[in-house]
Amino acid sequence: MSSDQDHLKETDTEARFEFKKEQKAAFVAEKGLTEETIRVISEDKDEPEWMLERRLRALKQYQKMPMPTDWPGQPDLSEVNVDEIVPYIRPDVEVRGGVDDWRDLPDDIKDTFDKLGIPEAEKNALSGVGAQYESEVVYQNMQERWEEKGVVFMNMDQAVQEHEDIVKEYFMTKCVPPSDNKFAALHGAIWSGGSFVYVPEDVTVEMPVQAYFRMNSEGMGQFEHTLIVAEKGSEVHYIEGCSAPKYSAFNLHSGGVEVFVGEDAHVQYSTVQNWSKNTYNLNTKRAIVEKGGRMEWISGSMGSKATMLYPASILKGRGASDNHITIAFAGEGQNIDTGAKVYHNAPETKSTIESKSISKDGGRTNYRGLVHIANGAKNSSTAVECDALMFDNESTSDTMPYMEINESTVDVAHEATVGKIGDEDIFYLQSRGLDDDDAKQMIVSGFIEPITEELPIEYAVELNRLVELEMEGSLG
Amino acid sequence: MATLEIKNLHARVAEEDGEQILRGVDLEVKSGEIHALMGPNGSGKSTTSKIIAGHPAYEVTDGEILLHLEDDDFGDVEIPDDARTWNLLELEPNERAALGIFLGFQYPAEIEGVTMTNFLRTALNAKIDEREELLFGEDDDEEAEEEAGYDTSPMEGNVDDGEVGVAEFQKLLKEKMDLLDMDEKFMQRYLNAGFSGGEKKQNEVLQAAILEPSIAVLDEIDSGLDIDRLQDVSKGINALRDEQGTGILQITHYQRILEYVEPDHVHIMLDGKVVKSGDASLASELEDKGYDWVREEVYEAA
Repeated sequence: MSSDQDHLKETDTEARFEFKKEQKAAFVAEKGLTEETIRVISEDKDEPEWMLERRLRALKQYQKMPMPTDWPGQPDLSEVNVDEIVPYIRPDVEVRGGVDDWRDLPDDIKDTFDKLGIPEAEKNALSGVGAQYESEVVYQNMQERWEEKGVVFMNMDQAVQEHEDIVKEYFMTKCVPPSDNKFAALHGAIWSGGSFVYVPEDVTVEMPVQAYFRMNSEGMGQFEHTLIVAEKGSEVHYIEGCSAPKYSAFNLHSGGVEVFVGEDAHVQYSTVQNWSKNTYNLNTKRAIVEKGGRMEWISGSMGSKATMLYPASILKGRGASDNHITIAFAGEGQNIDTGAKVYHNAPETKSTIESKSISKDGGRTNYRGLVHIANGAKNSSTAVECDALMFDNESTSDTMPYMEINESTVDVAHEATVGKIGDEDIFYLQSRGLDDDDAKQMIVSGFIEPITEELPIEYAVELNRLVELEMEGSLG
Repeated sequence: MATLEIKNLHARVAEEDGEQILRGVDLEVKSGEIHALMGPNGSGKSTTSKIIAGHPAYEVTDGEILLHLEDDDFGDVEIPDDARTWNLLELEPNERAALGIFLGFQYPAEIEGVTMTNFLRTALNAKIDEREELLFGEDDDEEAEEEAGYDTSPMEGNVDDGEVGVAEFQKLLKEKMDLLDMDEKFMQRYLNAGFSGGEKKQNEVLQAAILEPSIAVLDEIDSGLDIDRLQDVSKGINALRDEQGTGILQITHYQRILEYVEPDHVHIMLDGKVVKSGDASLASELEDKGYDWVREEVYEAA
C-alpha cells in the first residue's frame, strides 16, 4: 500500500466526521451581529484600524441588502437568522496564529484532526497544512524548502499583521467586494481565520497545500477568508476540506475565497465539502485570471443542509483559461445548489465546465451557471456539460445554465442530461452478484468517473470514499 | 452436480391487472447438460429466464423454482446438508447469482464509467462473499471494512479487497479471454458501453466464464450475431459446459446456433407452457415444419 493513502484507511468510516468534542473556548462572542460585536472581535485580534473600518463598512452593507429568496429552486434560507448564531469562537490554545507542531495542541483538538487524518496526510502528500478549529487557525506549517523560496502559507489573521501591504491591496477590494451579495457582506464584517497563500514569480509548489476547516460548537458560524496570490509563472494547488458534527441547531458557514492568478500562472483550488446536514453553506469564491493564466476549480459538495456556491473566474487577460469540475450529492433534506460562473473579458479565453450531480431520498441538486462572453472577447470558447442522476421519483434535479454571449467569433458548446438510475441497469449488476446497494454504488461511481479520473489521486480517493459513505447513508 | 428444477411455474407482470404470461412451466436442467428452449414470440421464454434470475417486473403466482446443490458444485467448498436445496423465489437476484445461477441478457445493460476489470472482479468477489454467507451464515464484511483503502486507482478497486486479489484476477481473466479468443483491450473499456451487438454477446459469455455458474440461462444470445461472431460465441458456450461443467439453458428462435452448440434436450414453449420436449432432432423438425405444426399437435391432442 502506498504511504500517501494510509491515512484514509485508518479512520473508522462512521466515526470519522460525526464525533463531537466538548466546547472549551478562550473567547466566545455574544450571539448575533452588532457593531459592538465586530469591534470586540477586531480588538481581540488586535487588528489595524483599516481592517476594522472595512468590517464596519461591510456590516452596513449587510444590513441594507435583502436575503436572496426569489431564485428558482433555491434552498430555503428562512431558518438562517444571523442573530441566533455565535459568530466568533476563539479556541483555547496558547499560541495565536497556530502552532507548528501537532503535539503542541490541546489533546481534544489534536484528537479531532487525527481522526480526520490530517497529520498523516501532511506527512505523506502535502507541502503545507493549515487547520482551523471554530474561528481560528490552530495549526499552520509548511515545509522549509518552500519558505526558502519565498512562498507564504499562513493564517489570514496573521497575514493582516505580517503582510499588511499585500492584504490591504487585495482583501475584498477588487475580487470579492462585500457589496457582491448579502453573505459576502456578512463575511466581510465578521470574517475570521482562513489562509493566506503567496507564491512568488516562477515558483512551482509541487505538492498541494491543504487547509482543513472544522466547526465543533453548536449554533456557530464560521467565516474564514482565503486569499491566494500567485505571481507570474507560478503554480500552486490548494485543497480545502470541511466538516462538522451534527447538532439540532443550525450552523452557518460563509467563507470567502479570492484568488489572483498572475500572468501564465496556474492555480488549482479543490474543495471537499462535508459539512453536517444542519449547516448552511453559503460561500463566495472568485478568481481573477491574468494573461495566459489558468484557474481550476474542483468542488465536491456532499454535506450541508443547503449549499449555495458558484465559484467564479474572471478571465481578464488574453488567453486566460478556466476549468470547473463540480460534483454534488444531495440526500434526504439536502438542497445542493451549485454551479460555476465564468466571465470571458478578453480575447482567446477558454473555459470548460463539467458538472455531475446525484440526488436521492428526496434530495435536490441544482446546477446554476453563467458563462458571459464580453463583446470583444474574440476567438474565445466555452464548453459546458452538466449531467444529473436521480435515484428515485422523490428526488429532484434542475439545470439552469445561463449564457450571455456578446461576441460573434466564439465557440460555444453545451450539453445537459438528466436521468433516473435505471432499474434494468441495477438488475443487470445484481444478476452478476452485486447486492442492490453495491449495484447502485457502482453505477454512481461510473457516473462520476469521467470527473474523478481527472483529479489528483489523493483527492479522487477521498471523494470516492465520501460518495460511498453517502450511499451507505451513514453520515446521518 | 447442480439441478435447476422449475415446477408448475405461473407468473404475471407485476402490476395491477398485469398480464398472465407463464401458465405452468416445468423444466429441469442439470450441470453439464445443454438445453434449448424454443418457441414463437410471446410464448414466455424470456420471461422464464428473467424469473429464474429474479427480475422484479414479474410476480410468481404459483409453482416453484428449486436449485439442488451437490458437493462438487463449488470446487472444494463443502456444502452443509441443510444448504443443499434452495427455493430461488425466496432469494434476491444477487443471492441466486451467488448460488450459481447466471443470466445472459438479450439486451445487456451499458454501464458508463465502470471498467470491465473493475466490474468483473467486484462481481466475482461479491459472489464468493455472498455464497459464504448463504452456506455458512458468515459475514466477514466488517473485517474487510477495516482494511478498506486503495492501492491502485480508486476506479480499479482495492487491491486487497475480497477473496480474489488484482493479480490473481488478471491471470484468471487472461485465461478466460484466451479461451474465448477475445481482445485484451476489452478489459479497460466500460461495461458494454459502445460495444457492438456481437461484442456484448461475447461479453455475456465471458462473464459466465469468469463467474463459473452451475446453470447459465442464455436469452437469445444468438440474436444480432454475424456468422463469425456466432462461431466465437458458440465456442464459448461449449467451453462453459466442457471446461466448467455448466448446465446451459439456451433460449433461441433459430436452429442456426444449435448447429454449433448441440443440445442434449430441446423444449418447445407455447402460450406460457413447455408443450413438447425431445432431443436435438426436435429442433430440426421444428425448422422444417414450423411452430404451427407443434400448435396443431398439442391442441389436437388436448
